[in-house]
Order: sequence, then C-alpha cells, then structure tokens
Amino acid sequence: MKMLSRKASCDSHGQDSSYFLGWQEYEKNPYHEVQNPNGIIQMGLAENQLSFDLLESWLASNSDVLGLKRNGRSVFRELALFQDYHGFPAFKNELVEFMAKLRGYKVAFDPNKLVLMAGSTSANEILMFCLAEPGEAFLLPTPYYPGFDRDLKWRTGVEIVPIHCSSSNDFRITASALEEAYQRAQKLNLIVKGVLVTNPSNPLGSTMNRDELNHLIDFAIKKEVHIISDEIYSGTVFDSPSFISITEAVMEKHVDHETDLLDRIHIVYSLSKDLGLPGFRVGMIYSNNETVVAAATKMSSFGLVSSQTQFLLSNMLSDKKFTSKYIKENQRRLKKRKDMLVSGLRSAGIGCAKSNAGLFCWVDMRYLLRSDTFEAEKELWKRIIFEVGLNISPGSSCHCSEPGWFRVCFANMSQETLKVAIRRIEAFAESSSTASGKENLSHQRSVRSSRRSLSKWVFPISSYDDHEPADR
Amino acid sequence: MAIEIEQQPSAVGLSKVAVSETHGEDSPYFAGWKAYDEDPYDEHSNPSGVVQMGLAENQVSFDLLEDYLEKNSEASSWGSKGVSSFRENALFQDYHGLQPFRKAMASFMGKIRGGRAKFDPERVVLTAGATAANELLTFILADPGDALLVPTPYYPGFDRDLRWRTGVKIVPIHCDSSNDFQITPKALQAAYNAAEAKNIKVRGVLITNPSNPLGATIQRAVLEEILDFVTRKNIHLVSDEIYSGSVFSSSEFISIAEVLAAQNYKRAERVHIVYSLSKDLGLPGFRVGTIYSYNDKVVTTARRMSSFTLISSQTQHLLAAMLSDKKFTENYIKTNRERLRKRYEMIIEGLRSAGIECLKGNAGLFCWMNLSPLLEKATRGCELALWDSILHEVKLNISPGSSCHCSEPGWFRVCFANMSEQTLEVALKRIHNFMEQQRELKEMKINI
Repeated sequence: MKMLSRKASCDSHGQDSSYFLGWQEYEKNPYHEVQNPNGIIQMGLAENQLSFDLLESWLASNSDVLGLKRNGRSVFRELALFQDYHGFPAFKNELVEFMAKLRGYKVAFDPNKLVLMAGSTSANEILMFCLAEPGEAFLLPTPYYPGFDRDLKWRTGVEIVPIHCSSSNDFRITASALEEAYQRAQKLNLIVKGVLVTNPSNPLGSTMNRDELNHLIDFAIKKEVHIISDEIYSGTVFDSPSFISITEAVMEKHVDHETDLLDRIHIVYSLSKDLGLPGFRVGMIYSNNETVVAAATKMSSFGLVSSQTQFLLSNMLSDKKFTSKYIKENQRRLKKRKDMLVSGLRSAGIGCAKSNAGLFCWVDMRYLLRSDTFEAEKELWKRIIFEVGLNISPGSSCHCSEPGWFRVCFANMSQETLKVAIRRIEAFAESSSTASGKENLSHQRSVRSSRRSLSKWVFPISSYDDHEPADR
Repeated sequence: MAIEIEQQPSAVGLSKVAVSETHGEDSPYFAGWKAYDEDPYDEHSNPSGVVQMGLAENQVSFDLLEDYLEKNSEASSWGSKGVSSFRENALFQDYHGLQPFRKAMASFMGKIRGGRAKFDPERVVLTAGATAANELLTFILADPGDALLVPTPYYPGFDRDLRWRTGVKIVPIHCDSSNDFQITPKALQAAYNAAEAKNIKVRGVLITNPSNPLGATIQRAVLEEILDFVTRKNIHLVSDEIYSGSVFSSSEFISIAEVLAAQNYKRAERVHIVYSLSKDLGLPGFRVGTIYSYNDKVVTTARRMSSFTLISSQTQHLLAAMLSDKKFTENYIKTNRERLRKRYEMIIEGLRSAGIECLKGNAGLFCWMNLSPLLEKATRGCELALWDSILHEVKLNISPGSSCHCSEPGWFRVCFANMSEQTLEVALKRIHNFMEQQRELKEMKINI
C-alpha cells in the first residue's frame, strides 16, 4: 500500500522488546488461583493494587460525586462542557496540596505552574517536544523504565544517551558517569538538552540520595541543561531514607539566585502509581518556566484529562482526612509486601538491591547466569517464564549495563499469589543448585556467597549461610 | 493567519516548537473569546454583554443526557455487589480500549448513518478527543515537511492540530461561493500542483463532512470525485465526520463509509474516519475521540500511539453503558437532530428578516453567513474591521471567514446551539438593529 510516515514504519515504539514479549506470554497463559493455578504469574506490571479498598470505601460514602453532583445540585452540564486546557481549578489546587504533603510540606507548589495531561506518558513526551529538537538528546541513568524509549523518542525524534550506573555503588549516579555520558553524546554529535531522572527510581525502587542530587544539579548548572525529575513514585516511599525531591535539593543548595537553574527544573507526576488509578489518565508537569508552562498547556489539548475524572478526584483529594490515612496506610502495605518478597527471595538464596520505595524489587540473579552475558540473561528470563511461570522484567529491557538483574513487581497481585510466586522461586533455586549436576551443594553455596560478597549491600553472608528461612 | 514565525530559542534553550506561533492562538478566532471572557452576556446580570456565537458547542440536548444519568446511576459508578468492578476499571489502561465501549461506539456510528454503513469495533481506535485523533493521524500518514490538502474554509484549530508538533504543512484547496464552496476536481488538482511547485510531498486530503464552518454535508458525487483523486495520486483521505450526528435530516448525510461500502471497500485502505462525541453528544469535556481506519497498519500504529492520549476508563465505562442503550441512543439521535434543525430555522429566518443571507446548510451547530454586501472593499482588512465592530458595537462574538482561511472576504460563521433560545433572540434582535443602522448609513451616504 501507500507509504506511511517514517514514524509509523519504524520500531521506536519499542513494542518488540522483551519487556512486551513477556506480557504476551502471560496473556496466553495467565495464572488464576482456581482456573489456572499453573499459569504464568504477572510480576512485570508496576501496578499498585494494595489499597483499592480504601478508595472504594471513600466512593461508597461519596456517591454524590459519582453522580456528578455538588451540594445536591447536578454539575453535569458544567463538566460536560469543560475542556479548558488550564484544567479544573479545584483539581489543580488539590493536586499541589497533595504533592506538597507527599514531600512532608518541605516545599510548596503553585497551581498556576501545574499543567494537566492524560498520564505521565503524555507529560514526558510533551516535555521532550518543549525542550528538545529532533535529533537532540537527553541523558538518562540506567537502568531505566523501558517505556521511555517510546515515550521520549518515538514521535519527538529525540535521542536517549544512557548514563551508565553500576552495582558496584548501588547504581548511584556519579559525577564521572554524568560527564562520561555527556562526552559520549558529544562524540555522537548529539546536543544534550538535559537529564531525566526517575526519583524514586524505576526499576531500582530506591530514592536518590543527596550526593546524587547534588551531582545532578552541579552538572545541570555547568552544562546549562534541563533537569526533568519524574517523581511518579513519590507517594510510594515506605521506608527510610526519606524522599528528597529535586525542588528540596535545589532549595538546599541555595543556587537559585546565582543561575537560571530554576527555569530548567521540571517535575513530572501522576496518580497512576500512588493512587493506583492508571486507567483514569491523570498526569502532570510542574515547571517554574513560564514558556514551558504556556507551551505545555497548549500541547495538553492533545490529551486533556476527562472533566468527569477531574471532578471525582478533586473531591477525593479535598478530603484531607482521607488522603492522610490513605498515604500512610498505602505505604505501610507496600512495605509489608516488599519485605515479604525480599525475605522470600532471600530464603531462596537470591538477593535484591536495597530499596525503600516503588512497587518492585531489583533482584540480583547474576549467579544463576550460565555466563556473564545478556544472552545468558535472556535464557534465564525465558526459563523463568516457561519453567517457573513468572513474568519478570529482564534488566536488559531496562538498559542495565550488567546482565543478571531483574525487576520483580510485588504490588499487583494478592498476598496469596505472591506466596505462590515465592514458592516457585524457591523451588527453582533449589533445582538450579541440584541440576548443575556433579557440584555439591556446599560448593555452590560458597561460589554464590563469594560472588555475593562483591556486592556488599546485599544481605550479609551470615544470614544466607545460616540457612534459616526468613519470615515467609 | 497563523504564520510560522521562526524564533530564536529562548535563553534557557527551548525547542522551536515550544516558542513557535504555530499553535495559532493569536488569531482573531481566539481574540474574540478574550473579549467575551471579559464581558460575557448574562440574561439577568449582564444583559448588554458580549453574546458568544463563536463556540461550536451543542447545548440543546443536555436534558436527555441528564435524564439518562438520573435513571442509570450504575453507569456513573461501579456497582455495589461483591468485588466491585471499580478496581478493574481503575487499572484499565489497555490502549485497545474498553471492548464494550468500542462496540458501543461502532454501533452508535452506524446508527448515525441510518444503518447505511457498518463499523467494526476492531477498527475503532480511541483517543482523548478529535483534536488528538487528527494530530495522531497526521503523525502516521505524513513526515515533517510533507503536506495535507485541506479545503477552505476550514476549522481554525487545524492549523495547530495538523501542523504544530508534526511539522506537516497544510496546503489549501480553494473553494468559493460560486458553487456553494463545494470541492471541485479542478481545485484539488490546483492545490496538488501548488504543493508540487514548492517541492512539497502531498500525503493526503483531509475533509470535514459535514463541513465546519459551512454547516453543510458533502454530496455523494463530490465524495466520489475526491476518492478518485486520492486513488489516482496514491495518497490518503481523512474524513473528519465529527458533525455526522448533527445533520438535521438523516438521509442527507453521506459518509465516506457508505461510498466505500457501495464500492465493496475496493480502495478503502487509504481512508480513515475521525469521530468524537464532543459535538453530537455535547460532551467536549469528557475527551472522547476516535479514529476509524480501513488500513490495518494504521489501526495498529494508531492504537500504540494512542498511549499518549487515552480516554479515562471511568468515562469509557459511563459511555459504554449509555451508548449501548438502544432506546436512549435512538431517541437521542432523533431528538437532537430535530432540535438543531429548529434552531437552524430560527436563526436563518431571523437573519433573513434582517436582510442577511446564509449558505444553504443542513448540518452542524452554526451557519455560514454572508456579509460581503456590507464590505466597502472585498478585502480581508475590511472583513476584520467589520468583525471588530460586530464584536465591540453589536457585542456578538462571531468567527470571521479569514480565520477559517476563506478566500472570499465577508463570510462569517455564527453558532446557534451553544445558548438558550432567549439568548439567540437577543442576538438576532441586535443583528436586526445593526443591519437597520447599516441601511440608514448607506442611505445617508447616497443622499449626500
């Protein structure tokens, strides 16, 4: 047939990557407690399903809002006609309040600097359109969310240049890694427009520490580039250290009066992870830069948030008692789930990166690799899908520079299902150690423990050698 | 109109797209809105304010929707028995869209066409509004620097929607009043040649049927000619049928889908239809748009791209219920059509008795009014001067034809469905008085 555009014909949508292939296998054979107990368990989906009951109970006592009524009077017409790209004022007021709350009120936000659009998928793309020309680049620390390959590059023509991070220092961003990435971009003749970080990180599940944030800020000042901080997981911080947002970090550095750095800081947020409402498509950009706010506002026309949804959620978020309770309880449940997964993995002899946020763990399966290669990682991933029956995300799909890491989600299933998954992992780990044949168990363990000692932040060797199952 | 102004990126280094004027928001189309915002008409509190007649909204059938919602509260909620379907809905972000909703949309689109065309739910791609649908199709069908041919006059928003972020150009297909602004093969070829002369690759033709701002449907013969043209040139055809449910008499609207069906879908792969619930159902705030394509690759790609502009699952849930209700939809389509027709007749009659003629229309939420006899000279400048005096002296915000890229000065788009009948009466009275004054002024000039 006739040709479609280059964008339509290319693969930059990234849908042929392993990230999506795992989903396909899951779709063919999905686990169900009763109907398909041997099916594949979905652990590749970063959804938060733990706190729906709290939302449901709020909805049950606020049916008026669902019926599009305010003080008993129908606001249907008003909402039906409301397509102002400045967004529902009440909703934006509540959102900035909510965002401030999540940051312990250490920072304050102005609703006039907030722009709403259909999901953070849209927000990230809009920022690319605003900040970079086709062919220019943004630096992203690896490992990163696979969706960025599509969201940031596909229709914008912007390039991603990775900032390589390694397990030797917990995948933290270093000044030298930033500089090295910048140089690499220069060699490729790519103009770098900024750095995009996800904080808390997906897939690491940890918040950025002050050092990293300062390296980032210093870099942005020196190179005069933008910083985009995707803080979509800011409400899922369930453990110390506490979350330091980019806004707070910049304030603490007292750089605002020296440079126009503030004009180059942009935050992305969404209600998809914290409130578990990805279907409602609520994303936003927060920026001090008037031109960016103006342009992004107009661009949001291509993906406005449904007024019906804006109305529902502005009411929900205005209930301060509810939001406080929700935030606290949600974080508590996330921590419990994470602990459950971590100890389950530990008793299988598998370690994770230390994490304090997010809906997943960054799991170290390097010792299970046949060789220190991505081919071996892919083999292992396939075995885990087909033999163990778990869909987890291989590190290569997140552009991790070291083979053997996997992102494993824990908040998108029931507790029972997670237990089943853990049992399968334990069985797999056992069989992996016996299946290697002649080598005896203790030799395997010592090989594993010596590898483990290379990464000091994983569980202390003693807890593994004690062979005591942690809490299940 | 909206001209591309190449600007230097600002000191903090933004993209050209961010600082360009291609969003078109500095045109009179938007300036009139500002005047209205500053001094809006209200029957009681501001009876001498500006009456908004520049907004193509459908407010005549809200009572039908409200009635439905009142009687079907479960459409707005998720049920109360057992594990609620709230969770499922809240999690649903699949870019295929909610199947019952797609099915309901396909069936609704078929009903609007009087059952003369059938739509396959598997070809329905959902987007947050037709604004998104048109941009998305442009990304898929054309590369930056390429062009789409669009007949004039056209909806001012296209300057932004089709061009801004895509980098695609619009080359106008000039239409004029000599044949009621219909698209001719000659005009199509002339536009194509104009593009070729500038070394611009034409990727498709985009028509709006029924037309905005003309308020008239495109005839079958013309649709067939357009289809022949795009086939000969091996390019695409996008038919924005957003006003298809606003045709006053069902039999008068011929969708491109019907033309294709009559030809056994022989050349269908190059045809794509855009639709939305913003005009027919009066729900622009809910952001419901769709692309219907006969091309499998376009469907797949559009679906993936719709990730950037999904419809809220809460809204899909509500509308799936509403549009699946046969009794409701049949009654709504019929009643809405009838009410729009009545409004149209009211405004046409009112204008005629004031001495103003309009293009014969049969659809939409507006009429295409001819004020060229009032222009001193047939120039855009005079048209804008007239528009300005209508805005500031008569206090009516109407849309000047130049903002719609009309090549003939003196035409104006006047909306009639976004206000009460009383307000329309007030507006018509003001126009009447204005025309009286104009006649008196003319007479004075003659007598001097």
